[in-house]
Amino acid sequence: MALLEVKDLQVNYGVIRALNGISFEVNEGEIVTLIGANGAGKTTTMQTIIGLIPPKAGSIHYDGKDITKLPSHKIVNMGMSQVPEGRRIFQELSVYDNLMLGAYLEKDMSKIKARIENVFEQFPILKERRSQIAGTLSGGEQQMLAMSRALMANPKLLMLDEPSMGLSPLLVSQVFEIIKDMNAKGITILLVEQNAEKALGIADRAYVLTNGVITHQGTGAELAGSEEIKKAYLGG
Amino acid sequence: MVIAIDGLSLGAIYALIALGYTMVYGIAKMLNFAHGDVIMVGAYMIYTLCTLTWTTGSLPIWAGALIAFVVSIVVCTLLGMVNEKVAYKPLRGASPLAALITAIGVSYLLQGIAQLIWGAEQRSISILDRLGTVRVGTVAIRWSSIITVVCGAILMIGLTLFVKKTRTGRAMLAVSEDKGAAQMMGINVNKIVSVTFAIGSGLATFAALFYLPTTAISPTLGSMPGIKAFAAAVIGGIGSIPGAVVGGILLGVVEVVCNSFEATASYTTAIEFALLIIILLVRPIGLLGKKRRVKV
Repeated sequence: MALLEVKDLQVNYGVIRALNGISFEVNEGEIVTLIGANGAGKTTTMQTIIGLIPPKAGSIHYDGKDITKLPSHKIVNMGMSQVPEGRRIFQELSVYDNLMLGAYLEKDMSKIKARIENVFEQFPILKERRSQIAGTLSGGEQQMLAMSRALMANPKLLMLDEPSMGLSPLLVSQVFEIIKDMNAKGITILLVEQNAEKALGIADRAYVLTNGVITHQGTGAELAGSEEIKKAYLGG
Repeated sequence: MVIAIDGLSLGAIYALIALGYTMVYGIAKMLNFAHGDVIMVGAYMIYTLCTLTWTTGSLPIWAGALIAFVVSIVVCTLLGMVNEKVAYKPLRGASPLAALITAIGVSYLLQGIAQLIWGAEQRSISILDRLGTVRVGTVAIRWSSIITVVCGAILMIGLTLFVKKTRTGRAMLAVSEDKGAAQMMGINVNKIVSVTFAIGSGLATFAALFYLPTTAISPTLGSMPGIKAFAAAVIGGIGSIPGAVVGGILLGVVEVVCNSFEATASYTTAIEFALLIIILLVRPIGLLGKKRRVKV
């Protein structure tokens, strides 16, 4: 059974329809990517899944339960976390406070400490800067922090919204390596990207979102090989 | 010396009230203009309960006052939370103007209810001023002022530590900076807003106790300190906790100093608000206000 199952999801902003009945699923252990141009509805999809935007119609099931109408804190508590578009780390708080907020729903201090140790092991730069105000980190470091903060929740499903945005090509490759690495450790990934080439390169399966509708789906390799997709999203 | 202590004392009162304004603004992004009236309700509660325990009980005076005060804090804290749930929560997401008008409405509602219950005539009660004065060298300093300064400092330090070091405090800062991102961390924003109103109203009850020695109790008691504390919060930079403290103390000291000179005494309030205008002209975000970083 799918870990995440989105069915006929419809979201309106006032009279504007942002999502026009999209359906897709993410199975346990997969990397699934949602690609599409600016304004296609990718971020809306992500925010609706985690409970920030109420859908107009359709359903979202996670781990076998209907989460369509649940508030976000209950959804997060079921083992879902998100690296939002633009990272949205807490700029005025320290690196340490950001990480602690990532583990907000965990009350067992020993577990939190162990997770922080893990993060510091993977990203030594964050350990070095633990007391630094997060807004003073470089773009790449902020992205590491945003991903670490999401990992602090110990998620089963991690959703990343444009993690490569605004990063240098070298850092972009690094971010995709980290995503693959997290997946290898057992975390299911839903990845939203404009960088379609890279995203399709690591994805088991992919969906193409155009103006609020899913127009194509297939394995990462299939879509990467499709002439139509190449033309529209891969620059030729 | 007397001026300094009295100024700090009044400043601490303004700061305690300003903290309520600034925290609510930071977290719920609204101006709770009914906040001053919580002080008024606190004052009436303390007055009524003190009178009750003093006339009926066999308790010592200080014990009766302590019980009255603790009960008043509980009542005001609940009042703040209920006020938010009933009047403001349904308006979250509505235009800020709707919440502002509602807050003004709640303010008049509380004043009206107080007038119904306690009547319009002024009352007074002496609690902290019973302690009299202490002589330091040649000057006499009121104990009530000393207690206000010391307790005010303890409360403000306590609040700062709470916000910086605890899980709930950290969540408050997160909600204040980015509500959506805070929700993604699993923070229940409604709960945090409720806690914020509770803390603000609790601090306002302390302010009421400290304010009582220098004021008569009436249904409009909260208006003036409410407005001045709001000015203090803006001077310090609304949304900033240290800003509220600095703004409050600054305004309190200015007020006491102005009052102590014959030439300026009748212009005190004008001078205070002129100060607000000047500071806003020079530094529109307030003394310790932060410019929000534009998100990349």
